[in-house]
Amino acid sequence: MKTFTYDKASSPEAAVKSLSTPMAKFIAGGTNLLDLMKLQVETPDRLVDVSRLALMDIEDINEGGDDGGLRIGALVPNSDLAADKRVMARYEVLSRALLAGASGQLRNKATTGGNLLQRTRCYYFTNTASPCNKREPGTGCSAIGGFNRILAVIGTSENCIATHPGDMPVAMRALDATIVTLKPDGGTRKISIHEFYRLPGETPHIETVLEHGELITHVELPPSPEGARQQYRKVRDRASYAFALVSVAGVLTMKDGKIATAALAFGGLAPLPWRDTSVETALVGQAPSTALFAAAADALLARAKGYGANDFKIPLARRTLIATLRDLTGE
Amino acid sequence: MLGFGSSDDVTLTMDKSHPESLLDSTVQDVIGKPLSRVDGPKKVSGAATYAAEYQFDNLAHGVLVSATIGKGRVLSIDVDAAKAMPGVIDVVIDFKTFARVAQQGGETSAPAQGVQDVDYFGQVIAIVVGESFEAARDAAERIGVTYEKQEGVFGFSTDLEKAKKLPDNNTPAQFEQGDLDAAMGKAAFTIDETYSTPSQNSAAMEPHASIATWEDGALTLYGAYQMPTSDAQQLAKALGLSAKKVRIIAHYIGGGFGSKLGIAPESVAAAIAAKQLGRPVKAVMMREQVFASTPRRSNTVQRMRLAADKDGKLTGIGHETIVSNLEDQDYFEPAGLSTHFLYAGENRVITHDLVRMNWGLAGSMRAPGEAVGLLGLEGAMDELADQMGMDPIELRRVNEPEQDPEKGVPFSSRRLMDAMDIGAKKFGWSERKAAGARREGEWMIGMGVAAAARANLLMETSAKVAIHKDGSVTVSSAMTDIGTGSYTILTQVASELLGIPMDRITMALGDTNDVPAAGSGGSWGACSSGSAIYLACENLRGKIAKALGVDDKSLTLKDGQAIGDNRSVSIAELVGEGIEATGTIKPGKTQKSLFNQASYGAHFAEVAVNAVTGETRVRRMLGVFAAGRILNEMTARSQCLGGMTFGIGAALTEDLIHDTRTGQLVNGNLAEYHVPVNADVPQLEVMFLEERDIQTNPLHSKGIGEVGICGAGAAIANAVYNATGIRTRDFPITLDKLLPDLPAM
Repeated sequence: MKTFTYDKASSPEAAVKSLSTPMAKFIAGGTNLLDLMKLQVETPDRLVDVSRLALMDIEDINEGGDDGGLRIGALVPNSDLAADKRVMARYEVLSRALLAGASGQLRNKATTGGNLLQRTRCYYFTNTASPCNKREPGTGCSAIGGFNRILAVIGTSENCIATHPGDMPVAMRALDATIVTLKPDGGTRKISIHEFYRLPGETPHIETVLEHGELITHVELPPSPEGARQQYRKVRDRASYAFALVSVAGVLTMKDGKIATAALAFGGLAPLPWRDTSVETALVGQAPSTALFAAAADALLARAKGYGANDFKIPLARRTLIATLRDLTGE
Repeated sequence: MLGFGSSDDVTLTMDKSHPESLLDSTVQDVIGKPLSRVDGPKKVSGAATYAAEYQFDNLAHGVLVSATIGKGRVLSIDVDAAKAMPGVIDVVIDFKTFARVAQQGGETSAPAQGVQDVDYFGQVIAIVVGESFEAARDAAERIGVTYEKQEGVFGFSTDLEKAKKLPDNNTPAQFEQGDLDAAMGKAAFTIDETYSTPSQNSAAMEPHASIATWEDGALTLYGAYQMPTSDAQQLAKALGLSAKKVRIIAHYIGGGFGSKLGIAPESVAAAIAAKQLGRPVKAVMMREQVFASTPRRSNTVQRMRLAADKDGKLTGIGHETIVSNLEDQDYFEPAGLSTHFLYAGENRVITHDLVRMNWGLAGSMRAPGEAVGLLGLEGAMDELADQMGMDPIELRRVNEPEQDPEKGVPFSSRRLMDAMDIGAKKFGWSERKAAGARREGEWMIGMGVAAAARANLLMETSAKVAIHKDGSVTVSSAMTDIGTGSYTILTQVASELLGIPMDRITMALGDTNDVPAAGSGGSWGACSSGSAIYLACENLRGKIAKALGVDDKSLTLKDGQAIGDNRSVSIAELVGEGIEATGTIKPGKTQKSLFNQASYGAHFAEVAVNAVTGETRVRRMLGVFAAGRILNEMTARSQCLGGMTFGIGAALTEDLIHDTRTGQLVNGNLAEYHVPVNADVPQLEVMFLEERDIQTNPLHSKGIGEVGICGAGAAIANAVYNATGIRTRDFPITLDKLLPDLPAM
């Protein structure tokens, strides 16, 4: 770990102004950043602690409390968010996804904003003795041609096949969340989660559209679809405290025996929480059947590419999606 | 009245049986009882001091620098940037003396030394010492090392051309009896399958840690070591000192599982740095360094052959194992260890070949040999039973040998079939269905069984027992408690034999200034140290009897009183200024030639395999064990629970992966090296069978620390087969290996 200076931010406005040097970083729960600092993967020279800012509330967007959506402070711990009664009632998929992640201790510390920015668990990213384009741009990708069992099969590039490791963001993608930020110039912006993450392409070290110094202040969830069935299914190597090999977040409504709406997002498969509208298009308006679900899986995996040890993720994703759709449709 | 000068040395070599144990007639009534750990309150309150926790005013903090190539030579180390940093004291480099690898347990020679030539990725090459850990760690990252890379062997291959003939370790490397090929040709049923198991790491909670302090040319090392007596000898040899110039203190050890049997590189580095700098130096391995530079369990490839007649009686057993290790290291994982005696069958081939490669040192990890060997043997037995349509327990009954099938000597005690039968009843084995026949929603349910066997070992060990004039007792020995419960059970042994309450007994362990001991390893600790204490106490009982004026046999000791001849006198009164004796137990003919000694048991497992994803979750397990006298039902049970949990890891999750291009560990951390977590460990039940073994030692006990892992993984693997009809012979059974054969969606 490189030595660093440490400051506490007094307000969000002060926080974004204080991240003026290029190697400075925000720290909230620190559950990911500190580990990476110990491994010398992250080497900030300055940490600005935002964990005490007043961004810890979960509020109804409509003050009356009827479902106009939910506004979640960026510092709400994962465990609090998972246990919130409104989340449990209206966004079950989110609560389930949160509880499928990490361990109780980590969920108590990890924050909503921080969890969106969790970095990959690629074996080579966390090992500074290995070349890694994400950690050190231009050095090469050790995972391609190496051991890549937990890595991505969709959305990869020749420069990087890292997976986004999160659970919460997968559910948020299925829920069409919006990320609210404060920029260093004092302006705020709202970014759809669908536009928040970037594919690796030529620049795997740039993972989101956030600018340096931009602070996530809230996450907004739109009203949950009425009567939706929600499911988060996580497939993993051990029963707890393991990252998803494949996960599926599903929010689905039925009407007259047919699928009326479907929102499906995937973890463990791609460099970002994955959502592919062609999967949903294949389903909407159709009566549930194994053949239909298989067609949805075909759409999801049409361009999937295995790298050896992770080839199994393709059939695993297919089976997991079909089983999740069975659950969601009662088929 | 006796004087303090009354100190005796008593030695017993187990050359003949020991038919009577005092423990069957003493009345303190603590032996065998499920008593909580005497060191428990200290541990949970933080008062138990572990190696890295000793405080010294001028303690300097060392951080080890590890090589980042898999094979080659260090050309230069640029230390300027590191040394210029504030808080950095020095970068200590001693290419010649640093330990290249850890030493194996029980050796009295130095570990392989010389670190300029790099044999494996992660080899320790230097130590940065700072005023704070943080300064040293930061500086360690700024050390620039120039290497000359050489071609290494980083991918395991079963090509045996490079293998060389091995010396035997705790099992013969090569054994052949009769004609297995002919037996296979004539057999009614045969199995010929290859099993493979991956490298594993002990992953003890406490990382390897040493604090080295020097005074007048003598070294005291606070170390996390299982066998301080031989570890001190190893360290002395490595540093060119006479053995009496090295003292190791290891009062508390946060788990070892074999990885701390011999000294590891951090101890030598700390010792050299402390000497050079003239102040105490601490060196604690980072978790990644624990994975890379402490012993791994070797991966194995095991060809299993079984030949059986029409009734299932084995006519032949073949267990041919290929393992790996470094070029200059001859230790091999003795996977065939219990295959030598577990089942009858006249034609036998049990071999071990070693492939040389540039992965980290292979050495002992909990139940070296059986832990992975029984995955092969007990898997093959399950396959044979399945092929024959025979109950797996009945197959084992048919093959229960009357005596050691190779040496022709009797078993000292063996309740394998009792464990099977009693366990079967308790577990509900009769509810087991045909393979693939039981389904609950998405989950396929199956049961499996496997035998447990672990060779019993006694090791030369001493213990000194002193009864003080106030009637309190101090027992001292270089024995260790690595989390197993040694402090507690040894206190129970002394209390029981002396009739002195446990809270009046101080158990002083983990200091080589005390009498030597074999320490903790190979499940020998309780039997060996307990016996040494027994011998000392037996001697002291004689003195007390004499002082009371009765013969030994009519003496009763209870609650600090000596009772005999209708008199009750306090022991304190009888010992005068105090008495002491040193007991030494040595293994002898009952272990080496007259008997086959082993602990036995049976494992039962019920698993659920998800038909969609192939995820396997253990639902329940039962282990039934016969290991002689159980000294403490609670700590013994905990040992078995821990072993069974290791079994879950071996069967389903643990896989230490090397990058075959570089030799680098891919998953050398606790997030990606998957030990079972709580959610993976369901209801585990442990049951002990009453047993006394008069051939093993005066306690009539046998080893309990490892039998819990032996066969546990095989029971799970066999249950996976019963659940799914899919036989996976490549461990661990991760879902990707089941996926291709799962039911269609």
